Amino acid sequence: MTNDPHGPQKFIWKYILSTDHKMIAKQYLLTGLVMALVGAFTAYLMRWQLGYPNTNAPGWGLVTPDKFNMLVTMHGTIMVFFVGMPLLVAALSNFVIPLQIGARDMAFPRLNMLSYWIFVLSCVALLASFFVPGGAPAGGWTGYPPLSASEQYTGVHWGMVLWITALALEFASFTMGGINYLATFMCLRVPGMTYFRVPMATWFLIGASLAFFFSVGPLIAGAVMLLLDNVAGTGFYIPAQGGEPLLWQHLFWFFGHPEVYVIFLPAVGCVLEILPVFSRKPIFGYRAIVWSMGAALALSYIVWAHHMFISGMNPRLATPFSITTILISVPFAVIIFCMLASLRQGSIRLDTPMLWGLGFLATFLIGGLTGIFLGSASADIYLHDTYFVVAHFHYTFFPSVFFGGFAGIYFWYPKLFGRRYNETLGKIHFWMTFIFFNATFWPIFRVGAGGMLRRIADPTQYRILDQFKEMNSMISVAAFILILGQVPFVWNFFWSMFRGPAADANPWRAGTLEWLAPSPPPHGNWGPGLPTVYVGPYEYSRPDMADDFVPQYRPVGVLGGPAGQA
Amino acid sequence: MTAAPADSIASDRPAPLVSKVGMALFIGTEAMFFAGLISAYLVFRVGNPNWPPAGQPRLPVESTAFNTLILLLSAAFCHRAVSTLRAGLARSSAYWLGLTAVFGLFFLVLQGREWIRLVQFGLTLTSSVYGGLFYTLIGVHGLHVLAGTALVLYVLKRSVEGRYSAAYPLGVELARMYWNFVVALWPGLYFLVYLL
Repeated sequence: MTNDPHGPQKFIWKYILSTDHKMIAKQYLLTGLVMALVGAFTAYLMRWQLGYPNTNAPGWGLVTPDKFNMLVTMHGTIMVFFVGMPLLVAALSNFVIPLQIGARDMAFPRLNMLSYWIFVLSCVALLASFFVPGGAPAGGWTGYPPLSASEQYTGVHWGMVLWITALALEFASFTMGGINYLATFMCLRVPGMTYFRVPMATWFLIGASLAFFFSVGPLIAGAVMLLLDNVAGTGFYIPAQGGEPLLWQHLFWFFGHPEVYVIFLPAVGCVLEILPVFSRKPIFGYRAIVWSMGAALALSYIVWAHHMFISGMNPRLATPFSITTILISVPFAVIIFCMLASLRQGSIRLDTPMLWGLGFLATFLIGGLTGIFLGSASADIYLHDTYFVVAHFHYTFFPSVFFGGFAGIYFWYPKLFGRRYNETLGKIHFWMTFIFFNATFWPIFRVGAGGMLRRIADPTQYRILDQFKEMNSMISVAAFILILGQVPFVWNFFWSMFRGPAADANPWRAGTLEWLAPSPPPHGNWGPGLPTVYVGPYEYSRPDMADDFVPQYRPVGVLGGPAGQA
Repeated sequence: MTAAPADSIASDRPAPLVSKVGMALFIGTEAMFFAGLISAYLVFRVGNPNWPPAGQPRLPVESTAFNTLILLLSAAFCHRAVSTLRAGLARSSAYWLGLTAVFGLFFLVLQGREWIRLVQFGLTLTSSVYGGLFYTLIGVHGLHVLAGTALVLYVLKRSVEGRYSAAYPLGVELARMYWNFVVALWPGLYFLVYLL
């Protein structure tokens, strides 16, 4: 409390209605982790039904087909919008951006608090849909009409209205957040923090906000029309009333594909932040990475229809969208190769954050490579809506949200809470997750290529799927162990928060600004004077320096060398 | 306890640049929101050779043209509110703000009157996709005019309280940014929905 300009604070102002960006980050972090538990429970129930069809799932009961549809819908919605977004976008942006650029707080602290509480409201609205008449929405997490536009198809009315409401509130919340992150980034960098001295994590979090910012509007427009279809009797998406169901798909995926990068880019940013620290080398190709991210962002707005190759849209559109989709893999390939080159000949330390970072690299690569099959219209016609797609996007989302997310959480844990987590438990957590993530989702590629369709509630109804009976049970067992593998994390997270050994300001010997502030940083972050930045963020192992790294706040410009150009 | 640092975050006056960047970003999402609605409108417009569909009433082109003029005038008043404030004439700036709000409200009242007539002629939200699109697109813009008017009235209240000056015109400038956006949308929407 000694550095806190506001003195001791009452509980409600410190923990509930705080405007401190670090506290809001922790609030988002905890909310996202709680929602992840709900999402994991829905996954458990679905996997039980697929592995052991039509038997009672322990702790719940029989998963009937209508319940299965709700679980599929809620699992996707929760994991993408209520776990990925708060953990990777909100929690990380709030914590990392001001600290890394040397700001004392966000540009609009009260707006920041408001955005968190609107997000809580949207979580409540979404979870409430389990308890209203008709149950939770059951039209899939993409909400395709006419399933989502009219009660007659799924028997769900209030659940659907709540789903749209929850998404609307969440997007309002993240728009406020995005205004904050971008305005903070543009206006509050400390002297010397030029755009090309900004650390990778901040660059990629800003990229994520940009991707979200300019794609969310059309989805809100689509959602307004979907809501009117549901409550006011319009027919924008209902063919019988002259509507156009494909319109929703276009508006949804115009947002939906940038949304993939909203979740993916922060994970890449975390890993890029971790690789130099744990291999004691400058990042390879800093500028190439930043420009590649820019190129990927621009391309992400013109690839959306690759989600719709078999939707019945004009097939002549398939070729241009196939081409842009293949093109977008080029900037990401540049980034991945830069990551690999950053490791080459480094003094690699396999601490827990580094393990998660390397795990991200290995698993995401598979997700990216299988995307090439799905991005080619001709191959997609066969694979679309099978479990191959399910495996593909779990190999992209899971590494992003969990491998990238955990990399970030472990990396910044000492800064977040001022204490060290338990390294052994962290490594057990990593290996449990890494092994059983692959054991779960690798066979799903095989099952999907063999013709198992996604979203089916009972595979025993299809004779062609009899051959996958054992494999489905095995996948389910692996998935259950994967969920159980998170127990060491939960224990480690909460135990270390109170009992872990105290962390010093810079436990990883990293060069970016956040490691200058005390752990945990006080309100206002920097004490009386703001830091000044003299060098780039990754000055490791410089031949002209005795110490193996130069932090950004240490003036070495007179020595010349690489720092002057960074 | 150290004294509050010079660059303390605990300032009740937000910095002008960061606030304008924030407003510009917000307007950016709003613009994309309207882009979504307009593209939805165009999908139906281009896909239907008979537009408006048979049996649906024609839109009031002339009275809405007059209304367009009203809205454009209000934007000019809003500009005067900023320029007089910058010249140090806080009192006359408040008058121009009031005039902006009055013209904004007049636009809404006239729109409402036309809507009542259209409903009587049988154009409703559910009468056809045409009706649904009309009320959604024009209605959403109307809500933005309402929000903009509320913002102008709020700034007017603070202006009367003497919170703005030539040295600190930020609130009025932010209100003008938003009002400009709302007004600039309208001629485009008018052309698209009423004339095209």
